[in-house]
Amino acid sequence: MTKALVEMKNISHRFGAAEVLADVSLAIAPGSYTVLLGPSGSGKTTLLSILGGFLVPSQGKVFILGQDCTMLPPAGRPTVTVFQDYALFPHMSVGGNVGFGLRMRGVARGERERRAREVLDVVGLPEAYGKRPHQLSGGQRQRVALARALVVEPAVLLLDEPLGALDLKLRRQMQEELKAIQQRVGTAFIHVTHDQEEAMALADHCVVINRGRIEDEGPPERVYARPATRFTATFMGESTLLPNAGKGTLAIRPEHLRLSREPGTMRLGEARVTAVIFQGGFKRIVAESMDGQLFIAKVPAETNIALGDKVTPSCRAEDLIHLER
Amino acid sequence: MRGPMKLLSAVYAAAIYLFIFLPVIVLVVFSLQSTAFPIPPFTGPSLRWYEAVLGDTRLTSALMNSLLVAALSSFLAAALGFLAAWGFARFVLPGSAILRGLITLPLTVSYLIIGMGLLVLFNWAGLPKSLMAAGIGHVVINLPLCFAIIYSQMGDHQINIERAARDLGAREWQVLLMVTLPIMWPAIFASLFLSMTFSWDEFVISFLLTRFDTTLPVEIWNLLRSGLNPKTNAVGSLVFGVSVLLAIAFELVLLRRKPS
Repeated sequence: MTKALVEMKNISHRFGAAEVLADVSLAIAPGSYTVLLGPSGSGKTTLLSILGGFLVPSQGKVFILGQDCTMLPPAGRPTVTVFQDYALFPHMSVGGNVGFGLRMRGVARGERERRAREVLDVVGLPEAYGKRPHQLSGGQRQRVALARALVVEPAVLLLDEPLGALDLKLRRQMQEELKAIQQRVGTAFIHVTHDQEEAMALADHCVVINRGRIEDEGPPERVYARPATRFTATFMGESTLLPNAGKGTLAIRPEHLRLSREPGTMRLGEARVTAVIFQGGFKRIVAESMDGQLFIAKVPAETNIALGDKVTPSCRAEDLIHLER
Repeated sequence: MRGPMKLLSAVYAAAIYLFIFLPVIVLVVFSLQSTAFPIPPFTGPSLRWYEAVLGDTRLTSALMNSLLVAALSSFLAAALGFLAAWGFARFVLPGSAILRGLITLPLTVSYLIIGMGLLVLFNWAGLPKSLMAAGIGHVVINLPLCFAIIYSQMGDHQINIERAARDLGAREWQVLLMVTLPIMWPAIFASLFLSMTFSWDEFVISFLLTRFDTTLPVEIWNLLRSGLNPKTNAVGSLVFGVSVLLAIAFELVLLRRKPS
């Protein structure tokens, strides 16, 4: 077993009467890109705050690099947090922002400037050193926040919905850059988001959180192909859910659901199309059977299908996912 | 709006402003009188009464006293107001709302009551009547004001900025000095200028709490007891001028929109 960089053991947390985290245990490998994925209110941000030292959990322990950090303040641990609103110092230049952590560590001015410029280079903003945060675009501020955190060489970088404030196109572009930067510096990133596409695009290790519990965790390919729970099957991508005669639920991913009988597939019933949504590369079809069973399918964009069409949903037996809970 | 209505509202507006500013206009105009009485007809303009004011060592030393009291008391009020605002905005305190109410309460109490209270207290404590006593009085009246202004500007959006500084290794005093204070500068400056304006104009508390060395408003009152003359107008105009400068500074600082 490789030594875990971060280990969270049996973490529970309550805000007053509300239980936000219930017995969460999580291990994070060095150099990995972990994404905590969950809807708002699931407890993912609370978990990140506990890791960063902004909250002390009601129960449980946090070990980083083998050391018990549960009670340590943020500055005392080898983590740095990148906040959703970037939290740049508005009265300092970009260079001042990036050099701040080094200044607090007593690094001399010349050395500070050299390293700040180096990190700005890594995040792709070499020309921003003398600028003020308000002169930068949202994406650029995001990079400055990243540089400010990376310059102190944390063992773990914590990112709280880092792309939440950016528009879609910029978000996708920043995703690629985040991944590239993470691979270049080799620091472990822990990234909180509610965007499942973002999770799949970035994660080496994806942790699905709902109502204060870990629903599923693993490589995103596995979590998508073989989700462990109903929640995961519907939150990380969509699924058609079918009752399985008293033994939990069966899930089928939309790309595996056919709308007509084909050789080697099993028939799942009859249904009428209730929605056809054109999504560029494909069409998303929702169909409903007489008894109210919903089917979600993804078909090629050129498929000729209209509202009210009668379809016979079917799939291959190996594409059925058995969900215990 | 139709023509007559427009005219009527313009006249109305002019009347209102005249009502507000006429006393000051009269004061300033007759400070420029060249003869010995500040009554019509206007005989100036002449600066002889301003010369007389600046040649009067009692008035000039009172002016210096006023400036000193205004500067020191507002500096102290702004500093204490900033710290109080920071405490209330950033920490969960028991009975926070009540305590916040209490700290701003002096805003609603008349200066006379505050002055009398301080007079009794200082008497009991053995602190003699002095500029320092008046300065302390000015801190009492201006602290709630500074607190209210600074607290209103200390939003939640700065919490993460302070957290980020702490996360990067800043100690609490470094967060306060290197992050919170610079971000709050506009509100702190604004409260400082407003406090100076109020301290500069303040009469009742200074009157009750000073004896030999006194502030300009008290010295003007002494002057007025021997009757009106253009010299009182001149010194009044000077006081007014300084107030206007401070008020403009306040507006400029507070109303200047920060680029976000």
